[in-house]
Amino acid sequence: MKQLDDEFNPKILNALLKSRNDYTIEDALENEMILNMGPQHPATHGVLRLLLRLDGERIIGCVPELGYLHRGYEKMAENMSYYEYIPHTDRLDYISPMANNVAWVLAVEKLAGIEAPKRAQYIRMMIAELARIASHLVAIGAFAMDVGALTVFLWTLREREKILDIWDILCGARFTNSYTRIGGVANDAQPEALAKVKWFIDQFEPYLAEVEQLLNTNRIFIERVDGVGVISKDEAIDLGFSGPNLRACGVEFDLRRNVPYLCYSEIDFNIPTYTEGDCLARYFLRLDECRESAKIVRQVIEKMPQGPVHADMPKQVLPQKDEVYTKMEELIHDFMIVNFGINPPVGEIYHAIEGSKGELGFYLVSKGDGHPWKCKIRSPSFNNLQSLPKLVIGHLISDVVAIIGSIDPIMGEADK
Amino acid sequence: MDFKELITQKLKEKFPSVEFELTEYRDELTIKFDKKFIVEVCSFLKASLDLEFSWCSDVTAVDWANRKNRFTVVYNIFSMKHNFRLRLKADVDESDCNIDSVSSVWQAANWQERETYDMYGIKFNNHPDLRRMYMPEEFEYHPLRKDFPLMGIPGSLPLPKK
Repeated sequence: MKQLDDEFNPKILNALLKSRNDYTIEDALENEMILNMGPQHPATHGVLRLLLRLDGERIIGCVPELGYLHRGYEKMAENMSYYEYIPHTDRLDYISPMANNVAWVLAVEKLAGIEAPKRAQYIRMMIAELARIASHLVAIGAFAMDVGALTVFLWTLREREKILDIWDILCGARFTNSYTRIGGVANDAQPEALAKVKWFIDQFEPYLAEVEQLLNTNRIFIERVDGVGVISKDEAIDLGFSGPNLRACGVEFDLRRNVPYLCYSEIDFNIPTYTEGDCLARYFLRLDECRESAKIVRQVIEKMPQGPVHADMPKQVLPQKDEVYTKMEELIHDFMIVNFGINPPVGEIYHAIEGSKGELGFYLVSKGDGHPWKCKIRSPSFNNLQSLPKLVIGHLISDVVAIIGSIDPIMGEADK
Repeated sequence: MDFKELITQKLKEKFPSVEFELTEYRDELTIKFDKKFIVEVCSFLKASLDLEFSWCSDVTAVDWANRKNRFTVVYNIFSMKHNFRLRLKADVDESDCNIDSVSSVWQAANWQERETYDMYGIKFNNHPDLRRMYMPEEFEYHPLRKDFPLMGIPGSLPLPKK
């Protein structure tokens, strides 16, 4: 018997048994703990770092730490021409690069006083809405995965894959598209691309309903996110919330409706809102927005006019490659635009679009050179993340994961 | 009355001693004034029931490199009631590189001002938590200043010790 005890009571167990054992439950709760979450935590959607102060498992303080993905895109913009910067906008919100391309060229066009032809504007609307669907699909999937419903992620990413296939036909790239150009788009939307968009929209809604069924009847999911991370309407405005997060608090504010750009005033769509302002409302709102975006895309394809996709302004709009190789005038313009830039007049503008995460805007200051003198990116993720300490305080550690997922920050955009 | 006229009229009524410099470009109104009044003007614009600039969309700065007042702090605010965007500006000189913080008016300005401080080195007085936003705390320079080279300064960001 003695021998058996020695065998099954290793030294570490003995040490534990002999150590102090008069802890009470009060002692354990008295000890506050600092927990470092991230920057390499899978639920922080990239490289967000949170310092959490815990009382037991409850959060009493939270300090977000940004900058792990800071690449200095604002500094780089000051040192390159307006055309050169288009591919860099892909890397801001890398889940919806098409929307960023649209936002950038619209800002530059406002600065330089260029208006893209109607067909180009319709194509831009189409890609911006498809980018929103793609982005919301990732947001819903990742959010569900964060709280334990893994299947949804696979289903939503399958749908997103179809949008990436559309990008592939449209511009030859799946992720970093750089499809828009100042004064138009890189190439006209091919009939097969438009046919694929139509096919995608027609089959999309039943699939979305499947995803919804999977989650809305899942009691574990609903109970983990219902009433978690609540923020009131006034506080959300004060904290600079925008986009789906703001609309989930009951503020009916959407730049597509309130400050119309492109041709959104010709399109019929609703702005879904919820009043609860919790994680569940943000999830429902993204689902509804996917449906509204599908509706917009359907109308855009129906109404899309024929015509050119480049503005007829040879001094500012890059000519087509086949013309550069065959015509003298176009060759000169290509040379001048590539080497010296488009030189917008002296002035400053701010233009914002309703990106998939919220208000995505560019503040540009021109001194009349080929480079912007100043470029400020108003990124929605950065401003949405600011509310994180307010949202998580009082909740459990496991809720932090759900709250980050529901805010849907993209660190490439928040860190610039 | 035009909403732009209403703003200027209200501001002039409320602050007769402040000089407002108005510019309009591409249908965007910009109001420039002395940095001393920034908090008063901002809280008035937010609180006034006719204007209600309740949303602070962005705070940033512009470095003019060799001008007398080297920096301009730019506030981009929005009135959700009137769907109107307004830009406020205040000049800050390098020798007196500070301005009052508006984070007491809009909480959103908190991080935006931290970012501006990080990138331009403009101090925001009475800011609750003025730390660097992106760069490490021990970094000495301010990257978006025009005298900071594009390639960075070699050795300014030490690698972590092994």
